[in-house]
Amino acid sequence: MHILDFNKLSLRDINKTLQESDKNSFFSVRNPKGSHALAVGINKKITVKIVGSVGYYCAGMNKFSDIKVEGSAGPGLGENMMSGNIYVTGDVSQYAGASGHGGSILVGGNASSRCGISMKGVDIIVKGNVGHMSAFMAQKGNLVIFGDAGHALGDSIYEANIYVAGEVASLGADCIEKKMTKKHLSNLENILSNANVSDYNPDTFRRFGSARSLYNFNVDNAKIY
Amino acid sequence: MCGIVGLFAKQENISANLGVHLSKMLESMSDRGPDSAGLAIYGKPLASKTKITVQSRSPKHDFQKLKKFLSAKKEISFSLNIHSTHAVIKLDVKQKDQVTNLINDSFSNLRILSVGKKMEIYKEIGKPAEVVKRFEIAKMKGSHGIGHTRMATESAVTTLGAHPFSTGEDQCLVHNGSLSNHNSLRRELIRKEMTFETENDSEVAASFITYRMNNGKTLKEALESALVELDGFYTFVVGTENGFGVLRDPIACKPAVLAETPDYVAFGSEYRALTSLPNIEKAKVWEPEPATVYFWGH
Repeated sequence: MHILDFNKLSLRDINKTLQESDKNSFFSVRNPKGSHALAVGINKKITVKIVGSVGYYCAGMNKFSDIKVEGSAGPGLGENMMSGNIYVTGDVSQYAGASGHGGSILVGGNASSRCGISMKGVDIIVKGNVGHMSAFMAQKGNLVIFGDAGHALGDSIYEANIYVAGEVASLGADCIEKKMTKKHLSNLENILSNANVSDYNPDTFRRFGSARSLYNFNVDNAKIY
Repeated sequence: MCGIVGLFAKQENISANLGVHLSKMLESMSDRGPDSAGLAIYGKPLASKTKITVQSRSPKHDFQKLKKFLSAKKEISFSLNIHSTHAVIKLDVKQKDQVTNLINDSFSNLRILSVGKKMEIYKEIGKPAEVVKRFEIAKMKGSHGIGHTRMATESAVTTLGAHPFSTGEDQCLVHNGSLSNHNSLRRELIRKEMTFETENDSEVAASFITYRMNNGKTLKEALESALVELDGFYTFVVGTENGFGVLRDPIACKPAVLAETPDYVAFGSEYRALTSLPNIEKAKVWEPEPATVYFWGH
């Protein structure tokens, strides 16, 4: 395990070390003190443990790597991530997982507004609540919310799935509650088991998705989603 | 972009070092607002005294002249402390109106930044580190204070365009965001005999709140009416004699983080602003909800 300490190294040095490291390396990053853009642009399978809270855009554009934040994260966590896993033990700020194409994000606490905005395939699991406008224009992937969802959930949603165990303050335009079919239940169980989440009751979850009245959905194209 | 910080002391160990903490917090927000910075500090009130903070572009000449002018008025007893481009006049609360009128009538180069029993406002153009050094903020003590680092978007980089804006005695406002209906609101407020020093949108927000509170509304009611009347993006922190309040617009895209420990309540535009505070790793840290008025008071 390599220790990278902000008390000794600059953000640029730390990011460079992470980006240029050998495959399967393991790093522990200390004293981040809310720094921005930490552990961004990693495109190999490494493991990064960040001890402390981080600022904007942590783990952005992540590909393959496993990144754990022992603390909270600022706006734009895992923005546009492609694959790999991000786990934040605390809360995350606005637009976590925005436009993410793949991989998974697990949030131990709450996520604030616009969680999963324009998501394109990423799985996002929030153990607490999410703020308003979450899954706004979500195209593909899954947003699993153990707590409550704020106003305008899933506004203008395309083909992403939203699963909520708590209360929903209000649904956005073209977002409706849908039947929890066996297929969706097994999808939910898969997402959670991939993220090593086991302490839940699947029956408490409701499913939300697109009414498909706002965009030109053609059933012949259903298979590409 | 702009940066906001705020610190409300619950214990003596924080109030005794309020200036030190606020200086560090403000400097950490330099990236968010490198063109100007300002602070409102709430110190100990003196019995039946009040403070007027004035600012001048040629302080040496103007403050000397002011001191001479006030000394010549036998009925006025006052003290005048100069902090760089600012001076704090302490005087009997009964002479407050007389002296503010004298300054406004006879000293066109002086700007009154604040009036209050506790509050002093310091603001200037320049990097936050230069501004806190210029006014020796680190030496100041107090029960609470709020600060702002500015990256101007709606109006020019000037001392008077810097925050905080006074909204009445012992009251001030700082703003991160931009208002889109400030011109029409300003015209409306001018018709109601409010006066303006700048073209700044945040000054309109300050004036909007002052006007409502002058007409009998509480701070909470004034902030709630801001939710209805103000169009645009904002995170406001308002300072009052007893504490500070926080309000975010319903969209809440302008960031805000709060932290609370048994010793203090702190506000920062980012978590970075809070990392220099004692025991921050043990603090309860959270984001204020949109369209919700928060307040901490002594």
